Amino acid sequence: MAYPTKYRYTREHEWIDANGKTASIGITEHAQDSLGDIVFVELPKIGDKVEKGKVFGSVESVKAVSDLYSPASGTVTAVNEELTSAPEKINADAHVAWIMKIELSDPGEVESLLTADAYEEYVKEETGH
Amino acid sequence: MPETLRKAALNPIHRLLGAKMVDFGGWDMPVEYSGLIAEHMAVRTGVGLFDVSHMGDIQFRGQGSFDAVQHISMNDASRLQVGQAQYSAMLYPQGTFVDDVIVHKFSDNDYLFVINAGTREKDYNWVRQNARQFDCHVSDYSDYYTQLAIQGPKAEATLQKLTNVDLRAIKFYWFAWGTVCGLPNTLIARTGYTGEDGFEIYIPSDAATSERVWNEVLEAGREFDIKPCGLGARNTLRLEAALSLYGHEISEKINVFEAGLDRFCKLEKGTFIGSEALKQVQAAGGPERKLVGLEVVERGIARDGYRVLDGQGQPIGNVASGSPAPFLKKNIVLAFVPRAYAEPGTEVAVEIRSNPVKAKVVPLPFYKKPKV
Repeated sequence: MAYPTKYRYTREHEWIDANGKTASIGITEHAQDSLGDIVFVELPKIGDKVEKGKVFGSVESVKAVSDLYSPASGTVTAVNEELTSAPEKINADAHVAWIMKIELSDPGEVESLLTADAYEEYVKEETGH
Repeated sequence: MPETLRKAALNPIHRLLGAKMVDFGGWDMPVEYSGLIAEHMAVRTGVGLFDVSHMGDIQFRGQGSFDAVQHISMNDASRLQVGQAQYSAMLYPQGTFVDDVIVHKFSDNDYLFVINAGTREKDYNWVRQNARQFDCHVSDYSDYYTQLAIQGPKAEATLQKLTNVDLRAIKFYWFAWGTVCGLPNTLIARTGYTGEDGFEIYIPSDAATSERVWNEVLEAGREFDIKPCGLGARNTLRLEAALSLYGHEISEKINVFEAGLDRFCKLEKGTFIGSEALKQVQAAGGPERKLVGLEVVERGIARDGYRVLDGQGQPIGNVASGSPAPFLKKNIVLAFVPRAYAEPGTEVAVEIRSNPVKAKVVPLPFYKKPKV
């Protein structure tokens, strides 16, 4: 699975697709694969302030619950309501199924995150293969 | 991966099939292959194949076997006919669980206990220690068998292609011996841990035989869309059927009445390990807490260990097992609560990540297989 080079990534397995002051955020292919069938997404609310590295919601598979950590700070401008009734869309295409959009308070923050290559390397080290 | 993880004969096959592996009771076992929900649904609507070779097998042989079995397990083995099995458990003197077991009666002087993986050594030691006073020989055959579970409404049609035994003649919780995949004298039991119809077969544990039979079962079930199933689906299937899991609904800290398994405990059969303590619990009016089924009414998934709250938000118990139920499409829970909260319809809450989420007590099991 190719990780889009346009995105940046966190060690907690979120991706962020930043365009100027706005950004879409989701979880990575590796994250969805580790979780298995996703059955529940706890979304933030529009207008919520999110902070880099802090929890903004959760995803749950049949087996486990996993917190979502925001890759950058900002204000939530949109949430993907479709995931409430169809959370499996994350399994189907994790890099398209965004979870929230935010207005970045500091677009420079995104630069410090992992590139696609660095993230892929990180996943290899973490899983040992 | 630590070197100490034990691998059953089919381990390379699971890896070849791309299964996600997990440490289960010290065993490197598949948790899922194609996906937990698809595997769960295959067993409810078609057929699934599980490698359950990590389960243990303890055999009692000799004149004193029956007396030993009666002394060590809580159900009444005198009700068993040759070729019949029963759900039972081994208890500590205080009436709590060493483990649950399936007792198979091979003959008047020959019984087999099928036991859990994580408790194998403990169980075997317990049996040896407590069978010593009887004229019988106890053997651990766990490593001699690869145990496969073929489960689901199409299990019979799948396995029938591979054996000369008329499977229709084997009733639920009975077993027979026959040729399976060319292997003579194979134990075929109509048992399982999914709440569905199905069979468990016991074949030699060498890799070549295990792999051949595994593949032949998959081939035989292909027309029914058979799926290899992992421990993930095994857990959600057993939870829908409200079957106990050691370490969750039964343990050395939980007694038979609390676990709601008294229908398998025959105090009237005579004295056995744990019977005196249980008679005292009974005389005292029953246990203070009970295992109940909960359905989460509001949005939220309750998981193992979460707290159960009363209407005022006060903690009253704990979740023993909690999960989304893939077939029922509900979030279900087995929990221990005080008896006053055990009545179906009682409203409680489960504390899910610091928030009380409404739940209600429902009758067990959550899922019952349709009558044919």
